[in-house]
Amino acid sequence: MPNTQELQDLVTQVRRDILRMVHKVNSGHPGGSLGCTEFFVALYNEIMDLKEGFDMDGIGEDLFFLSNGHISPVFYSVLARRGYFPIDELNTFRLLDSRLQGHPTTHEGLPGVRVASGSLGQGMSVAIGAALAKKLNGDDHLVYSLHGDGELQEGQNWEAIMYAAGNKVDNLIATVDRNGQQIDGSTEDVLPLGDVAEKFKVFGWDVMEIENGNDLEQVIAGLKEAKTRTGKGKPVCIVMTTEMGNGVDFMMHTHAWHGKAPNDEQLATALAQNPETLGDY
Amino acid sequence: MTKYTDQGKQDTRSGYGAGMTELGRTNPNVVALCADLIGSLKIETFIEENPERFFQVGIAEANMMGMAAGLTIGGKIPFASTFANFATGRVYDQIRQSIAYSGKNVKICASHAGLTLGEDGATHQILEDIGLMKMLPGMTVINPCDFNQTKAATIAIAEHDGPVYLRFGRPKVANFTPVDQKFEIGKALMLNEGTDVTIIATGHLVWESLLAAESLEKQGISAEVINIHTIKPLDDAAILASAKKTGCVVTAEEHNFLGGLGESVSRVLGTHLPTPQEFVATQDTFGESGTPDQLMEKYGLNNKAIEAAVLRVLKRK
Repeated sequence: MPNTQELQDLVTQVRRDILRMVHKVNSGHPGGSLGCTEFFVALYNEIMDLKEGFDMDGIGEDLFFLSNGHISPVFYSVLARRGYFPIDELNTFRLLDSRLQGHPTTHEGLPGVRVASGSLGQGMSVAIGAALAKKLNGDDHLVYSLHGDGELQEGQNWEAIMYAAGNKVDNLIATVDRNGQQIDGSTEDVLPLGDVAEKFKVFGWDVMEIENGNDLEQVIAGLKEAKTRTGKGKPVCIVMTTEMGNGVDFMMHTHAWHGKAPNDEQLATALAQNPETLGDY
Repeated sequence: MTKYTDQGKQDTRSGYGAGMTELGRTNPNVVALCADLIGSLKIETFIEENPERFFQVGIAEANMMGMAAGLTIGGKIPFASTFANFATGRVYDQIRQSIAYSGKNVKICASHAGLTLGEDGATHQILEDIGLMKMLPGMTVINPCDFNQTKAATIAIAEHDGPVYLRFGRPKVANFTPVDQKFEIGKALMLNEGTDVTIIATGHLVWESLLAAESLEKQGISAEVINIHTIKPLDDAAILASAKKTGCVVTAEEHNFLGGLGESVSRVLGTHLPTPQEFVATQDTFGESGTPDQLMEKYGLNNKAIEAAVLRVLKRK
């Protein structure tokens, strides 16, 4: 296991990757990616039990599903730096003939990705299916998923939330990125989500919160706590509060950077706030 | 002409149920999902014999399609079943992203397709599903014609690696294909050789085509009848060989003429061998309540309509 400083260095490096990826192609989604960086770094380097290499079935290892696929920059950076594919390949993000599509897909065979996502609200259903397959296979590994908070406006989530509780899918840990922002503004202005934790609770989930999803130690502690709650007859939900755009001062406290890339000057400012640690790709 | 005997009317959905029963006994990776329609899909025996391999998802088809995609990760072969309307149009984006684009080995099994659903009316009578499904890259589309063929198709698609749309129906119809006929995906079946006209039919319209061919024979017209159970991938070679021989074609399906079998056949003919073609299909309309026979008569989808289409196309040769 890497120590906390090593993980913190990785967080900073991943933030640089995100910024440089979206800047190069002048498109992509930096806001949510920056907000979930601690979560991805913790999950892939401290929490999940992963095999060497990649196979689609993932029997004998933990699985992760990204439902809010637009935050692909953070997913790709963390997968590459975990060794799923060459770090240099981050250079191809959103380019023609790339495996790093704007939204993640299995179509080009990118190691680490097990389902396409981007059209929102579908990931929890897929994660439930994969969790049920694990139970059928007698595989006691866990399934993790991540969902945007705005994404919960899609009705399919509530079908899935009802199913998972009603059928005791207790090898599933679904995390909601509660950054309170979506494309058109604050989630509470666009379509109020209200008390997300309470909603999951009344549907029958075991719910816990990570108050600061941009505090690496809190995220690690929260995910470890969630693991101890699995296998007890209820699916586990983590409502994780994050700051969209975290790590770059001018990208925080606004929804403006949900799907917008920085220009040259903005990139320089943002990178200066996140000094190179492990080497740029 | 080649004689076919109805072995006793049965519904094609029971063929699906029988196929699932056999798969339950022979293939431990097959799992079934259903959205509150167990009885309609005839999968009671599979569930009784394999309760741990059945997932009742409730009235939540979107979640069912996503769960089916997830179950493939770990090697399961999910058969997700409900009415055709709710298995396609209602969940098109779930199928598109989580199943087709993701290349998942999910079998979408859809009963009560077309007008022969009957009295429930147009809300439940989908006539657009073949078009919706055949447009998805990588999706195989199958519409078997009777009980025996539906059972065989159900068993066959478990061996095929990739997403499949299997379409069948509600009413009891003639069961005339051989009990143990092997089902080959993408392989057209020649039911009757003829020289004057080619009738290319799918699903419930195959039997009606045989009835039409019998009647035409009495009028001195020799009709070739081809059973296209697989609409995608289409057996181009079989279609072209027959059209070359007869010089005119009638297509017959329980589906809108936009997006169905007929258009797929037109593409093949138009590309390689322009040939006069008439369409027996619904004419860009919704259905309505009525008995299956009444509806097939009113919307021009029975043996009489096929016969009339043959007489029309013969004049265009």
